[in-house]
Amino acid sequence: MKNNYDILIIGGGPAGALAAKTAAEAGNTVCLIEKRAAIGTPVRCAEGIGKELLKEFIKPDPRWIAADIERARLISPNGTTISLEQDKAGNEVGYVLDRKIFDRELVWQAAEAGADVIVKTRATAPIMENGAVRGAKVLSVGMPADIRAEVVIAADGTEAQFARRAGLDTVVPLREMMSCAQYLMTDIDIDAGSTDFYLGNEIAPEGYLWVFPKGDRTANVGIGISGRKSRDGSRAKDYLDRFVAKNFPNGKTIEAIAGGVPVCRPLACTVADGLMVAGDAARVVDPITGGGIGNAMLTGRLAAQVASECIAAGNCSKEALMPYDAGWRTSRMGTILERNYKVKEYFVTLDDAKLNTLAESIANISLKEFSVLALIKELITRNPKLLLELKALKDTLS
Amino acid sequence: MSTMLRINRDKCGYCGTCVAVCPEDALELIDVYLSLERECIACGICARACPLGALEVVHEE
Repeated sequence: MKNNYDILIIGGGPAGALAAKTAAEAGNTVCLIEKRAAIGTPVRCAEGIGKELLKEFIKPDPRWIAADIERARLISPNGTTISLEQDKAGNEVGYVLDRKIFDRELVWQAAEAGADVIVKTRATAPIMENGAVRGAKVLSVGMPADIRAEVVIAADGTEAQFARRAGLDTVVPLREMMSCAQYLMTDIDIDAGSTDFYLGNEIAPEGYLWVFPKGDRTANVGIGISGRKSRDGSRAKDYLDRFVAKNFPNGKTIEAIAGGVPVCRPLACTVADGLMVAGDAARVVDPITGGGIGNAMLTGRLAAQVASECIAAGNCSKEALMPYDAGWRTSRMGTILERNYKVKEYFVTLDDAKLNTLAESIANISLKEFSVLALIKELITRNPKLLLELKALKDTLS
Repeated sequence: MSTMLRINRDKCGYCGTCVAVCPEDALELIDVYLSLERECIACGICARACPLGALEVVHEE
C-alpha cells in the first residue's frame, strides 16, 4: 500500500466514487478506501433517482437499472391517491437502480481513471498537523497504517465520523434522523411502472412508506420514520411489518436492510484545512424525498474539481477549499435543499386529517412539471390559506 | 448500580443509524458489526433511533 497521495477519499459510495474518478482524471494521485469488504453492499438505499439528475453523471445502462418509472403516486392516510404521470408532465420521472451493480460501476470507472481502490480499510482518525488534516490513520484488514494526502475527501456516509473527528459537528439530531427499514420483496402485486409513497401518522410518522418497483412483482418496500417517533413496538421495522402483513401477506422477502437518512440541514461548513465533506456525510440529502444519490455524485465531483485546483495552486487551506462549499450551496441543488427543508419542517406538523384535505384538493391534477416545487405550487394554488399557516412556504416559491 | 448499552448483534442490521446520532462518538460500525469503542453515557438516543430495536440501555445492580 502506498502511503502518500494527492487526494485520499474515505468511502466507496457514489460521492466517493465520483470524487475519485474526477480527481484521477485531473491527473492527481488518488486513493479511495472503503471500510466494507465489498463495494456496493450491503445496500442502504431505496435506490430511486431522477432520470435527468442521473444523466448528468453517467449514461444509463440496463445492467444497473432495475426499473424505468413512468409515474409516482402519493397515497394519503384515507387512501386518496395523487397520481403524477410522466406523459402529462414536462419532464421525466426516474429510475430504480440496482445499487450493488451501480456502485461497482462507479468505482470501476474511478479505478479505470487511475485511482487506487482499497477495501476492508477503515479510517480510524484524521492525521492532524497544526490544525490541518494531512491524511488518515487507517486499519487495513486489521493492519494499522498512515495514508497521507494533500486533501482528504470524507464521503463516509451517514456515520460521518471522519469529519467529526477532524472537528466538524456532524451529529444528526434524533428528530431529523429518519430511521429506515426496507425489504426487497418478490411475488407481490404492484404497478411495475409506479413509485408509490404512502403518507400518514399511522403509516409512517413524519416520514413515508415507499414501494419502489424493481421489475415485475418485485419491489423495494421500505419506510422511514422520524427518530423521535421510534420506540419499542413502533420502530421502522414494526410499521413496515404491519404494512406488509396487510398489503403483501404472501410476498417473499429476499433481502432485509436498515438505514438512517439524515434530513437535517447540510453541515454548517463542508470544508476545513485539508478536508472536504461530500454526500450523505455532508448531509446533502433532500429533506422531502430522502434522495441522496444524485447530490452525493454532485458534491463528490465538485469537491474533486476544487481540490485539484487547490493542489495545483499549492494551497489546500480551508479558505482555498471554500469555493467547493460556496459552489454547491449556491447551485440549484443547494437552493432546492434549503427550500425542501422548509417544506419538510411544515409537512411534519400536519395531522392525518390535514394531509387528507390537502390530498383531496389536488387529487385530479395534471402537473406541468414533475417536481416537489410543482406539487407545492399546485397545493398553494388550491389552498391559499396554506400561506397564512406558514410564511416560510411562501419563500419557497420564489 | 451501573448503566450500559447492550447490542443485540442478532437483531442489528449494521446500518450505522446509531453512529450518526451518538453525541459521544462512542459507537463504531466496523464492516459487519457494531462495536462500542469509546465511553458511553447511556443517553439512549441510539436505542431510540435504531430501526430494528437492536440497542438497549440496561441498568444493572
